[in-house]
Amino acid sequence: MSTQPISEPSAFPAKSASTKRPRALQKVIVLGATSGIALEVERQLAERGCELLLVARSQQRLEALESDLRLRGAKQVLTCAADLSAIAHHAAIFDLASRSFSGYDTVLLAYGSMHEQKESEACVDTLLEEINVNYVSAAAILTLFAAEFEQRGSGCIAAITSVAGDRGRRSNYVYGSTKGALSLFMQGLRSRLHPAGVKVITIKPGPVQTAMTDHMPNAPRFADPALVARDIVRALERRGPDVLYTPKIWRYVMAAVEHVPETIFKRLSF
Amino acid sequence: MPSQATAAARERRSIAPPTDRYVSWGRYPQSTHRRIHKPAWNDAIGAILETAAPESLLPYGLGRSYGDSCLNADRELLDCRRLNRFLGFDEQTGVLRCESGVSLVEIIDAFLPKGWFLPVTPGTQFVTVGGAIANDVHGKNHHCAGTFGDHVHQLGLHRSCDGLVLCSPDENPRLFRATIGGLGLTGVIAWADIQLRRVAGPWIDAELIPFQSLSAFLDLSRESDGRFEYTVAWLDCFAGRNPRGIFFRGNHSSENATPLRRKHGPKLPFNLPAWLLNRYSVKAFNSAYYHLHAAKSGATRVGYNSFFYPLDSVRQWNLLYGKQGFLQYQCVIPESNVDAFEEVLDRIARSGMGSFLGVLKQFGSAPPAGMLSFPRPGLTLAIDFAMRGEKTLELLRSLDEVVLASGGALYPAKDARMSPALFEASFPRWRSFVPCIDPKMSSSFWRRVTEAQ
Repeated sequence: MSTQPISEPSAFPAKSASTKRPRALQKVIVLGATSGIALEVERQLAERGCELLLVARSQQRLEALESDLRLRGAKQVLTCAADLSAIAHHAAIFDLASRSFSGYDTVLLAYGSMHEQKESEACVDTLLEEINVNYVSAAAILTLFAAEFEQRGSGCIAAITSVAGDRGRRSNYVYGSTKGALSLFMQGLRSRLHPAGVKVITIKPGPVQTAMTDHMPNAPRFADPALVARDIVRALERRGPDVLYTPKIWRYVMAAVEHVPETIFKRLSF
Repeated sequence: MPSQATAAARERRSIAPPTDRYVSWGRYPQSTHRRIHKPAWNDAIGAILETAAPESLLPYGLGRSYGDSCLNADRELLDCRRLNRFLGFDEQTGVLRCESGVSLVEIIDAFLPKGWFLPVTPGTQFVTVGGAIANDVHGKNHHCAGTFGDHVHQLGLHRSCDGLVLCSPDENPRLFRATIGGLGLTGVIAWADIQLRRVAGPWIDAELIPFQSLSAFLDLSRESDGRFEYTVAWLDCFAGRNPRGIFFRGNHSSENATPLRRKHGPKLPFNLPAWLLNRYSVKAFNSAYYHLHAAKSGATRVGYNSFFYPLDSVRQWNLLYGKQGFLQYQCVIPESNVDAFEEVLDRIARSGMGSFLGVLKQFGSAPPAGMLSFPRPGLTLAIDFAMRGEKTLELLRSLDEVVLASGGALYPAKDARMSPALFEASFPRWRSFVPCIDPKMSSSFWRRVTEAQ
């Protein structure tokens, strides 16, 4: 920060003063804007002066979020109250983005649902609901944005999956399989969009302290969502890496977990 | 189409498992809580209040209360930190509406660049707005600006009995005055309208003046009150009846051309061993502090953070006192009773148990904003004591006697051990506060000081 006088009233070391921001990350669509990790990501994007289109179910929550992000520095905040798990709404959401938020450069998919594993084992409806929310609807809406970006030859699609998707575990395989499926989808999408110059980032967080995990016994030891969000925002800014593990240690943990032979792994109860 | 099972799962989701991680700043007493609720949205609070058992809940912010006023042993806490959104700001009037979990540091970060600052700030910026209201905190400008509660225009309060209630001096005035300084017992603050104040920039024109006696302090304080918005003194508590200290006074500077560079301070990573703080090391520290600052005396221009929040530069400094934690003793004694004040200082000096942080301030005479507000005309003293078991408690009890006899009071936000009798003497009208308590709320502090009354 230079110390030369600036005559504007903003003569303070405002965070928005960082002019080195790559031009890529300016207009961001957040799908599932009221999820725990998304809240932190949006705040950090707002402090960078980004423009945001927030999609989530609750109009009331979106309104609170909108005023907050504006006051924290977001240049523009649009909201769209819609249920992303209902694929019938997707076209309208996509239209709204093209009409009112044209020129968006980044789409971040941040919603997900995690039921108790036991509930999904006992109730097929719960199982299907989780698969629908975490995978089917996610793949559906990303396909719309993928076509748009592919045609434009620019942009970035990022989705929050999970380290739980790297290997099926006894205690959490339903959630894990949905996130694993989304990770595979993103992998393929990355390859498809690579020739067009569109970046596709798979974000695999470890357990994070959010409303989704509060009920878990060791929740106080989970990662701070603000730190996870910092990694995510950095990846969005740099348009990479292709696969982001956050916190970073999970990259090594999962590398080890994936190499445990199945004959042993199937006996582990975690 | 969420099934019943998933609705139940969703309900569980805002509830954390039993945890002992919720402590107060003094880390004494340590208690465990049965449940922690961590709602992220105001619309989730109604359901939590509805399903709670009577006298089971207490809102929790950043845990900067020193004793047990932010604890609810063996019961439940409602952690408000995720309720941290700015809901609106009027550029013309400087009124900010925000949720209760917003911290003062967030307000400064967002609004100081626009030329606005907190109307009143305590010695740390790591407190929530809800906590600042619930303890009706004061700052170095008490003599001209009153307390934090004086700058709250209105607030929304979740009540278990009647939902979200608007409270202001005109609407539900009684509940409004009860909530300011109400220790979180009147309900959960959903949002509050805070009057920010205009400043030119982040700088303070400060002056440091060494003094060698209480009367010298009083002269300085009286002389400064009209000319300086902020006054406070640091005190060497080993000096007894005639304490030496450094008087700090300052005003917001009109300088706004130079940006302020803020650096991240260090963080104490773990509890330090208790023997590190003994009367020799602390005495040496106090002496060094006095001489260093006395050498720097005179007028300087400093950043707001080093003027208001010198301790915030070492994060988790409370771990300095080791595993047993510490107690802060903050009393106010009427000015007519300077002898009693000297007696307190004398007893502390003779015990040799005092610590670094002797802080002295003359309160103004503005009427209190809340029913249980602590500040009142007089001299206030705050000193930390490492917790060394019975002998520490014994010393504090002997200070209590002096405070009680002088017609003074203790500050609930700093207290972990005052007797019901001293609470009664400090807040003689507390019984008229009781009808405003939300039936679902309680706290360790409240049960302790009102037991059997």
